[in-house]
Amino acid sequence: MVEPAPIPPDQPERLAVAFAHVLRRAGLDVDLGTVITYRRALAAVGLGAPGPVYWAGRSTLVRRPEDVAAYDSGFAAFWLGAPPDPPPAPPPVEVVVALDDSEGDDGAGDTDAEKAQPTLAVRYSPVEVLRHKDFAVYSPAELAESRRLMADLRLVGALRRSRRLRPSHRSHGRPDLRRTVRLAVRAGGEVVRRPRVEQSMRPRRVVLLCDVSGSMEPYARALLRFLHAAVAGRGRVEAFAMGTRLTRLTRELSGHDPDAALAGAARAVPDWSGGTRLGEGLRTFNDLWGVRGLARGAIVVILSDGWDRGDPDQLGTEMARLRRVAHRVVWVNPLKATPGYAPVARGMAAALPYVDSFVEGHSLAALESLAEVIAR
Amino acid sequence: MSQALARHGYLADEGLATAVFLALSLRRPLLLEGEAGVGKTELAKVLSRWTGGELLRLQCYEGIDAAQAVYEWDYSRQLLHLRAVEARAAAGGGEVGTDVEDELYSERFLVRRPLLQALVPADPPPVLLIDEVDRADDEFEAFLLEILSDYAVTVPELGTVRAEVPPVAVLTSNRTRDVHDALKRRCLYHWVEHPSFEREVAIVRLRAPEAGEGLARQVAGAVERLRELQLYKPPGVAETIDWALALATLGRATLDEATIEVTLGAVLKYREDAERVRGAGVADLARAAAARQG
Repeated sequence: MVEPAPIPPDQPERLAVAFAHVLRRAGLDVDLGTVITYRRALAAVGLGAPGPVYWAGRSTLVRRPEDVAAYDSGFAAFWLGAPPDPPPAPPPVEVVVALDDSEGDDGAGDTDAEKAQPTLAVRYSPVEVLRHKDFAVYSPAELAESRRLMADLRLVGALRRSRRLRPSHRSHGRPDLRRTVRLAVRAGGEVVRRPRVEQSMRPRRVVLLCDVSGSMEPYARALLRFLHAAVAGRGRVEAFAMGTRLTRLTRELSGHDPDAALAGAARAVPDWSGGTRLGEGLRTFNDLWGVRGLARGAIVVILSDGWDRGDPDQLGTEMARLRRVAHRVVWVNPLKATPGYAPVARGMAAALPYVDSFVEGHSLAALESLAEVIAR
Repeated sequence: MSQALARHGYLADEGLATAVFLALSLRRPLLLEGEAGVGKTELAKVLSRWTGGELLRLQCYEGIDAAQAVYEWDYSRQLLHLRAVEARAAAGGGEVGTDVEDELYSERFLVRRPLLQALVPADPPPVLLIDEVDRADDEFEAFLLEILSDYAVTVPELGTVRAEVPPVAVLTSNRTRDVHDALKRRCLYHWVEHPSFEREVAIVRLRAPEAGEGLARQVAGAVERLRELQLYKPPGVAETIDWALALATLGRATLDEATIEVTLGAVLKYREDAERVRGAGVADLARAAAARQG
């Protein structure tokens, strides 16, 4: 007999509500309608054995495989009287070995020098100057200004044919029988006009993969704001952060308030400014999302400087895999604008053969031209 | 519940059996998510065999709309009918009457698609399979939510069709994108896992009886090992069954290295995966199979 101690089992609605509270505290989204369904499910399976009681909750209260662990520990604590799990240990901090960091650090060094400049000059600096300035040398005030400007950016993927049909005004295309019949009925049975339909056009999905490792730090805040503008702008943009692990940010970034969205995204990413394993990150993306459908026919944009501590062969393999399903792969490298830049970083060199467009991403103007590349 | 499903060729674990039981007794749609090839679609087919309800399958794809999912008028027949009425009127010297419009938009010219068909009262109620709902777009999902909440559809020319007893609805998704929360709230949810070794052996025995116990155990053992290799597409139950059937067809009783080498294509569908397995050693796979022979 399963029986949590404080509530008598002859009050199943109280049990359901109390358990829902436990799960909400553990972070599950349990609304009232769901509690009612759960209550009915409990009544249907009875409280005789732990198995059915467990599964009655699993099928009504859990809607994502990610929530199973939280449900399991809540179930054990509430129904089986197990001690609650200790709070999860903080994720281990990635130790960055200084191998090829010299270039990455240069950008960060410049920021300090720039911070010494008076911010007053910035306030009056024309937008045009700001548009071409490298994000890495932004002052906080300039960053704030650029965030406002980015709200106007819109990412729309290149168009492709959709299976949906729409009335055509041209004389070719498939006959629209539905309208033909309607018009004929109105004309007393005579088929006077023969309207046509054609396939409509839809923008392709855009998938943004943003490198958030240590070497990208000077660009991370600006690019994250760019990700937000892109995701909040319209429905068919997906965003991911790539560091030592892959984090999907679409949900966090979809709100309209940039501050709340960026704070949410910052909380969601466990490994800001850690190391990079681009190959591993891309593999996770390909396995869990990309090859299964998200990247199919999409325009995939990777925002990274190409500094990679992982295996370049793996990066090459995963890029090839991505290239096979995506419509186009765009690589945005903020370092590309640096005079004398050559893509010699191991990761960049391994990825480049599979990239359709290799563009800069260091300034507002560069991001605007990126928007054009995506729409092309 | 498990036994009833097993009698119709489906071996469900306790979790899935409970979810199915709840879907039937609470009359709620059941949303199944999981890797490809774990038997999501198969479940609906088995439910149809078991309850005796007609299986109505709606395969979702991008751009699917009401005309393909709910109903459409048979326009060519409508046009023919219209011409016939017109010809008769001309011969008789009369006019085409207004009642012809009512005639054109009657049951006679209605083409019922799965969602409408599922609402037509039937005993036993039909089993509605909405397959790969993640492939449809958001607009269609919203529309689906409406039907799965009210179990009613209004055809403007004919009136409302309402199911007194809702159909048994099974939705499947490969999770290529998240299904909208509102739709998930409407449904019971179950994540279908790869089966345990013993269950997989039982499934192979049930679905590929010609393979025999020993071979079934070896195949399930090898597949178990394959799923640990971090392949791009780890084999699902469907592939396990295919492999066992392929081996039985070739008349092999043991899964040795040479046999694996020639039949690997039945389980692995990516060249990279096959290379990875060959890299890790086919001998290793043969050992894993032999160890499970029991």
